[in-house]
Amino acid sequence: MRSLLVALRKDLLLQWRSRTQIVAIFAFGAAALLLFSFAIGPDSLALRQHAAGFLWLGLLLASTLSLAESFEREMEEQALEGLLLLPASARALYYGKAIANWAQLALLGAALVPVTVVLYDAGTLRLVSLLGVILLGTAGLSAPGTLYAAMTAQIRGRQTLLPLLLFPLVVPVLLAAVKATSLLILGDPMGQLRPWATLLAAFAVIHWALGGLLFSRVVED
Amino acid sequence: MKEPSQSRAPQAAVALGVGLLLAGSYWGLAKAPGEIFMGDVQRIMYVHVPTAWNAMLALTFAFVCALSFLFTNAWKWDNRLEAAMEIGVVLSLLLCMQGAIWAKPTWGVWWDWDPRLTTTAVMVFAFGGILALRAFVDDPVKRAVWSAVACIVAFADVPIVYFSVKWWNSLHQAQSTPQTVSKAFHWPLRINAFGILFLWTGLVALRARVAALRLRNEVAPPLPERAPDTAGAPALGGAR
Repeated sequence: MRSLLVALRKDLLLQWRSRTQIVAIFAFGAAALLLFSFAIGPDSLALRQHAAGFLWLGLLLASTLSLAESFEREMEEQALEGLLLLPASARALYYGKAIANWAQLALLGAALVPVTVVLYDAGTLRLVSLLGVILLGTAGLSAPGTLYAAMTAQIRGRQTLLPLLLFPLVVPVLLAAVKATSLLILGDPMGQLRPWATLLAAFAVIHWALGGLLFSRVVED
Repeated sequence: MKEPSQSRAPQAAVALGVGLLLAGSYWGLAKAPGEIFMGDVQRIMYVHVPTAWNAMLALTFAFVCALSFLFTNAWKWDNRLEAAMEIGVVLSLLLCMQGAIWAKPTWGVWWDWDPRLTTTAVMVFAFGGILALRAFVDDPVKRAVWSAVACIVAFADVPIVYFSVKWWNSLHQAQSTPQTVSKAFHWPLRINAFGILFLWTGLVALRARVAALRLRNEVAPPLPERAPDTAGAPALGGAR
């Protein structure tokens, strides 16, 4: 537990020291949000209906950059090998990294919400619920994302492979998060928010458990 | 490393599978009665449904290989994993194509966002991505461990994808099993199912041999400047 906290502190510190990177990734996500509107056309009603999808697609595209970046730094000067020599379990390293990535993605998601509100008039007053959906959805992105980034950071062709491996896997996250966010923006007369949030939570639980089980094999062999 | 087996059993399985597939398809196309509502279009069921069963079976076998590799560290499981994943991806891709060919005259569209269709497409990309990962990793140990890990994660994901898409949208008819189709359709369906089963089992065995041969070249590269007893040892790492 202590080693997890130390690993988490290290990863958060790394992110803080490279905060220009986070701002750049946010700018990428915001640019993607701007571009999606050109695919639909200037029909503000249609744009508002699809706003939740745009938000999560923007976040998903941006997440591959931030996840890849999180392990890129561990590859410099063989930092990862040094970490593995420490008397800390690989599991603690994984959870530290995954929680830091989760925090960064949730922050990114929260920062993209105002952009969506301004561009697509897609606001909601259920801010706590929206924050909950963002937290659950980004948890589902960060656990498998951290596991796969650990693999792809070590090989050539990493820019292609991380999204190729991650996107099919997180289809349920995208589906459920878009649906839940849509319900928040457009209204939820049937009370469908809870099952979608449960699906997000279940996905997150399964992948956080799997990631913790399998990560040591990924980095130690 | 052991010489790959020279047994002819896989070739025999492939031949038997092709024979059964020809017989079952002839039966299904020429002898079985047409279906009342869909007419001859329905006859694609004789390959579509067996393909679906076998695609599932091949990917489940790949999952078993991945687990076995992580527990035993034996190379044979990595070879089988590679073979089974390739066959599983090809069968899933065929499944999508057959489904599209059937859906156009029946539903009026090539594609529909139905749970099984969408899940199959997601599986093609998920397992196809792992095959791409294998192509990019040069170190055989890392390649084996990573693809086993990725295979387990992807396999665990399949039911979640299925249920999430199911909640999202649904149109596909219920699975066809011998209980849901008329007796006249049973035999061609069963014969083709076993035909494809024998075909892919034989192909997996042959493909695993190819993988074993490639591994033998990779793990023990010729190192002229070193003593022969240490050659290949560091590259092997923790795996036996």
